[in-house]
Amino acid sequence: MAGSSPAKGKISVMRRWLFVLPVVVFALMAGAFYVGLGRDTNVLPSALINEEAPKFNLPPLPGRKDGFSNADLQGHVSLVNAFASWCGPCRMEHPVLNELARTKQVPIYGINYKDTGDAALSWIAALGDPYTRIGADDGKVGIEWGVYGVPETYVIDKTGHIRYKHVGPLSPDDIKNKILPLVAKLEK
Amino acid sequence: MIDEIGHFALVLALCVAVIQATVPLYGAAKGDGALIALARPAALAQFAFIAAAFFALMHAYATSDFSMLNVAANSSSAKPLLYKITGVWSNHEGSMMLWVFMLALFGAGVAVFSGNLPPALRARVLAVQAMIGVGFLLFILFTSNPFLRLFPVPLDGNGLNPILEDRGLAFHPPCLYAGYVGFSISFCFAIAALIEGRVDPAWARWVRPWTLAAWCALTIGIAMGSWWSYYTLGWGGWWYWDPVENASFMPWIIGTALLHSAIVVEKRDTLKAWTILLAILTFSLSLIGTFLVRSGVLTSVHAFAEDPRRGVFILLLLGVATGGALLLYAIRAPSLKGGGLFAPISREGGLLLNNLLLTTAAATVLIGTLYPLFLDVVSKEKVSVGPPFFDMTFVPIMIPLLIAMAIGPLLSWKRGDLWAALQRLKLGFAIAAGATVLTMLIMGVKSVGAACGLALAAWLFAATIIEWAERIHLFSEPFGGSFRRAMRLPRAAWGMTFAHAGMAVVVAGITGSSAWTVEKIEDVRPGGKVELAGYTVVLDAVNDAKGPDYTATRADIRLLKGNELITEMHPEKRFFPLESGTQTDVAIHTNLLADVYAVVGDPDGKGGYTLRLYYNPLVPLIWLGAGAMALGGLISLSDRRHRVGAPSRRARRLAAAVQPAE
Repeated sequence: MAGSSPAKGKISVMRRWLFVLPVVVFALMAGAFYVGLGRDTNVLPSALINEEAPKFNLPPLPGRKDGFSNADLQGHVSLVNAFASWCGPCRMEHPVLNELARTKQVPIYGINYKDTGDAALSWIAALGDPYTRIGADDGKVGIEWGVYGVPETYVIDKTGHIRYKHVGPLSPDDIKNKILPLVAKLEK
Repeated sequence: MIDEIGHFALVLALCVAVIQATVPLYGAAKGDGALIALARPAALAQFAFIAAAFFALMHAYATSDFSMLNVAANSSSAKPLLYKITGVWSNHEGSMMLWVFMLALFGAGVAVFSGNLPPALRARVLAVQAMIGVGFLLFILFTSNPFLRLFPVPLDGNGLNPILEDRGLAFHPPCLYAGYVGFSISFCFAIAALIEGRVDPAWARWVRPWTLAAWCALTIGIAMGSWWSYYTLGWGGWWYWDPVENASFMPWIIGTALLHSAIVVEKRDTLKAWTILLAILTFSLSLIGTFLVRSGVLTSVHAFAEDPRRGVFILLLLGVATGGALLLYAIRAPSLKGGGLFAPISREGGLLLNNLLLTTAAATVLIGTLYPLFLDVVSKEKVSVGPPFFDMTFVPIMIPLLIAMAIGPLLSWKRGDLWAALQRLKLGFAIAAGATVLTMLIMGVKSVGAACGLALAAWLFAATIIEWAERIHLFSEPFGGSFRRAMRLPRAAWGMTFAHAGMAVVVAGITGSSAWTVEKIEDVRPGGKVELAGYTVVLDAVNDAKGPDYTATRADIRLLKGNELITEMHPEKRFFPLESGTQTDVAIHTNLLADVYAVVGDPDGKGGYTLRLYYNPLVPLIWLGAGAMALGGLISLSDRRHRVGAPSRRARRLAAAVQPAE
């Protein structure tokens, strides 16, 4: 190793390969970086994909009649959107949900996550209500679903199984390229 | 107008950098004195232009010029002036400006302060520095331009993340960047040496002050970041092995190895291939860190906005710089002629062991940080690697290092006597053993792990003092003689003593923090009190408070020991309306050996408040120890041998004989 006899002309093969090692290791690492750039780190697959949605029965928001439960998800493809009035990105995605609800292609159900009823009601009143039903959740149902932040949107098939989870706000591109094709596929 | 000047200056800097990267290098190869001499003024010009651009940006922030997109996105008029200014580097584009500013600053430093460097070597160093500058200036101008305009001009900006409005954090990035960008100079020296085909003691002496300066800055920068997390985030933690933290820590580890390895080259003309490799790796780790933080490949609480396009650009820079350097190393390094032989047990042997252990430690951190990425690329599986991994791997590597750190300075060069060294450290053994026994007596038998930690700290501290005492013949000569010897000790020796002792203090602090923190979370009404580790915490009242850009609830707390009032504490919970964010202002009382840490939380709706209280013994030692380490580095930096000429080189075609500066 270093510090041994001065180079006497021929450097041993082993020693030469030791010098090449760093650049080889680096090349592999850079390759991994390059491939890694193409990946979307925000796509965190839910452990519940293809599992049945957890059983739940959420109360309605104050002043409303209907809550939201498992039964509502049976028989048709649905979107379940976790949102809250205190959440900034939810505000950003809300017009997208409103637009989607207007086209009546798939019902959107809301889980009002860790919120106060009055705040949620005023938020909906101000920004629009795309939800077929809304359930008020203090967090316990969210945990069952694997919600760890808002907004999150789930696509549920006709038999009540979770097929897709989108973390973060939905953009019109997400709706067009990810959500609607999946919904169309599940409708068949 | 000033913004346009700044933008233009940046472009001019790029032009100068292109010239600086090519002409002096060609001149050095051809032995053309005039072309070589271009390097110095080019480096100064580059710095002048980049400084102009940087200060133009700062001016835009200070005057709240919201016609600049960058200012509008990251600042607001209500901010205090200090945070307007430090907001410059709170975002990706602005922090890249800080990056190139530091790069150019160090380049100008080499241009000004390297009178005793052979002109050809200096030309090569500055040329490589300029190449890095070209890469990053292109990156800024094409993908991260802070001088873009915004129209229509908004009335106010988006504001600064409230968590960043903090005096301590405001200066963390400049220190950090001075650190890991400063290591670019060591990198440039290494490349220049590989191009020239030789590494000798003179080279080691020239590279040392720049490495030291960068290392000091990085030590302070990391410590500041840690300290800030501690007093801001509200649960007393100060290190999370987050990818961005690791990105700053890895250059520090390898930089430490580089500092020590360069000593061997300087004193014994050996370990050259190691030292060159370490110099390349230190800055390469800085570049890898820049890539990880800004490209979006890793999720992190710290990461700037993700943009794969920027990621590709940085990856390209990384590939050219690091890949090129390592390729050059593979080709040229085997023919570096080695010098002195040494026995395995010797100071060189000890420093070689140091290199091995530190490199292994850095590799461990790198693997832990990158493992999620590699696994995702290879198998699409998502995992996260957190503190348990690092605690299990990093700590066991540090233990032999801490033990060896104590013995190394006592070994002589070329052939050391291990048994004799250990004999001289008998007192150190005794103190360490005593510390173990004492800890276990006071804290209980279960505290074996913590006792070992404190024993290691005591061992290292005692051994460092013993070595210093031996050098000045303390107790073996009359005190006057010892005092004279102490005054004549080279500053590098003082630096080592402070730095190693500082490290021991940090280890003690870390041990205390991991093992003996007491946490109490209670719901308290005004008038109520909580017992915490021998203290009584009394909540007197909770009122509303107001700041320049926030509203807050503020708790009035008295800290008592028995019946005696120690101090008042006022933790706050602040709400920033513009950014819709909250921030906790923690109240800490320290007596330098332990902290009492209080956080006021949410009201429970019935008149009470959640109080989070922590008793953190030995934690202040972490910051004090880090400060001592940085101080040691600074003392070492002021050593006379950096100002006096290096040992002269044999005359070469153009390199003039070295003249002493004094």
